[in-house]
Amino acid sequence: MPKKAKSEKLIRRGVRTDGRKIHDLRNIKIEVGPLERADGSAYIEWGNNKILAAVYGPREVHPRHLARPDRAFFRCRYHMAPFSTTERKRPAPSRRERELSKVTRVALEPSILTKLYPRAGIDVFIEILQSDGGTRCAGITAASIALVDAGIPMKDLVAACAAGKIDGKIVLDLNEVEDQEGDADVPVAIMPRTGGISLLQMDGILSQTEFKEALELALEGCKQVYELQKEALTKAYVQEEAPVKDEEKSEGEEQNE
Amino acid sequence: MSDSYKIVAKITKKQIADNLLKNTRIDGRGLLDYREITTEIGLLEKASGSALVSIGKTKVLAGVKVEMGEPYPDKPDAGVLTVNVELTPLASPSFEPGPPSEDAIELARVVDRGIRESKAVDLNKLCIVPGKKVFVVFVDLNVLNHSGNLFDTSALASILALMNAKTREYTVSKGGQLKYKKSTTHLPIQNFPVEVTVAKIGEKMVVDVSLEEEAVIDAQLTIAVGKDNEICAIQKSLIGTFSQDEVHQALQIATDKAKEIREKVLRGVEGWLEGKE
Repeated sequence: MPKKAKSEKLIRRGVRTDGRKIHDLRNIKIEVGPLERADGSAYIEWGNNKILAAVYGPREVHPRHLARPDRAFFRCRYHMAPFSTTERKRPAPSRRERELSKVTRVALEPSILTKLYPRAGIDVFIEILQSDGGTRCAGITAASIALVDAGIPMKDLVAACAAGKIDGKIVLDLNEVEDQEGDADVPVAIMPRTGGISLLQMDGILSQTEFKEALELALEGCKQVYELQKEALTKAYVQEEAPVKDEEKSEGEEQNE
Repeated sequence: MSDSYKIVAKITKKQIADNLLKNTRIDGRGLLDYREITTEIGLLEKASGSALVSIGKTKVLAGVKVEMGEPYPDKPDAGVLTVNVELTPLASPSFEPGPPSEDAIELARVVDRGIRESKAVDLNKLCIVPGKKVFVVFVDLNVLNHSGNLFDTSALASILALMNAKTREYTVSKGGQLKYKKSTTHLPIQNFPVEVTVAKIGEKMVVDVSLEEEAVIDAQLTIAVGKDNEICAIQKSLIGTFSQDEVHQALQIATDKAKEIREKVLRGVEGWLEGKE
């Protein structure tokens, strides 16, 4: 693989192309429930990534033969909008998107209590509106929030974040340029309460010690993302509850449904 | 593979688990033992390169074709490598004809990543006319018998078929026209990645899972290790999870096993490669 811009450094005096230090996460903004019709939804801005996630279910599975006798059938679709990339991406799902759909499903499924809904289906749709590296991690993070918003019973949230190697250094959360021109990328997702790693991929070349360092760093990143997820959820649901409390004082017995 | 929904008799699951507690497996192997690996190289004439690899009863045939094509716009001076997998109905009653399933795509992409990221094929040497003409290397994998551990078998078949592959030597005229010579040359191979899939069943880590075991494993990590023990690709699959310690443990297992397999396989092949020089 040729490195296009060998002369252009990705880290200069400890500062990366977008102004971050090597262990900094990009700015993350999470919005809970932006979509009307979906049972649950979330919008995430992760640096320049802009991603929507929607959840439906538990609902009937179509086609019906996919229904499982002992658990809900869980599906994920990771999809990039044609305008989300520098060059237009064809709308049909690419092989990359199909693989990412699969790893996303596998990353989220262990957090969901699928056995509570035999024969039902739960669907997650992730739409990348704008991509800037690290979309799978951002997508998983958003989808987990959307699952909570849909009221799906879960053991834990799933928080995702990548680490990688650029200019010989292990850094957190690669952006697009760093991903393309760097040496390695290690996306990770965890269920933070148990520490179970539900997504782990790597491409590029890392020595054994570098990999361990990258994994450690990515796990730290996941924990920061987890805090942001909790913050977003608390904010969303506490706000909704506030007016109810006011009514409680004035109208007394009408709630407690 | 996970696409076909598996219902395993509880008694089989229990038998597998009980055996693991005693550090043995239902087929009598130790936890970190591979089944017998056999390789047959260069068995097809029309393919540029070919290899048939069996691990136990699992059989994968890899065929390489090298053709002329255009480079990717973002890498104008590099050849192109593509890996494709066919899970043909010949290999298992659960495989159906038709467009590739999610499992086939994942398998192809994980094999691709191991070869690509380890820079096993020096793609820069496959450029003919920058921006216009390059060699395109197609690795097509045909799974002939699915009896567990398709990742490792397919990866091994791919790299062996690539090592076996030959292209015609050529000269380029000033006008960019290509003229083939009679002589052939091997593809520029510079690494030998080996993929090792470490599976977790309960608390135990095992390698090279058989079909019965595949139905009960919780999660697996496929790790591609290059010739200098560098890690080139990782893929976690199935819906279980790993702890950080378990990942480290799997990494160690994969590194040791990859080395062992590389040495074993190359012992048989190396002489063959030199003989063809």
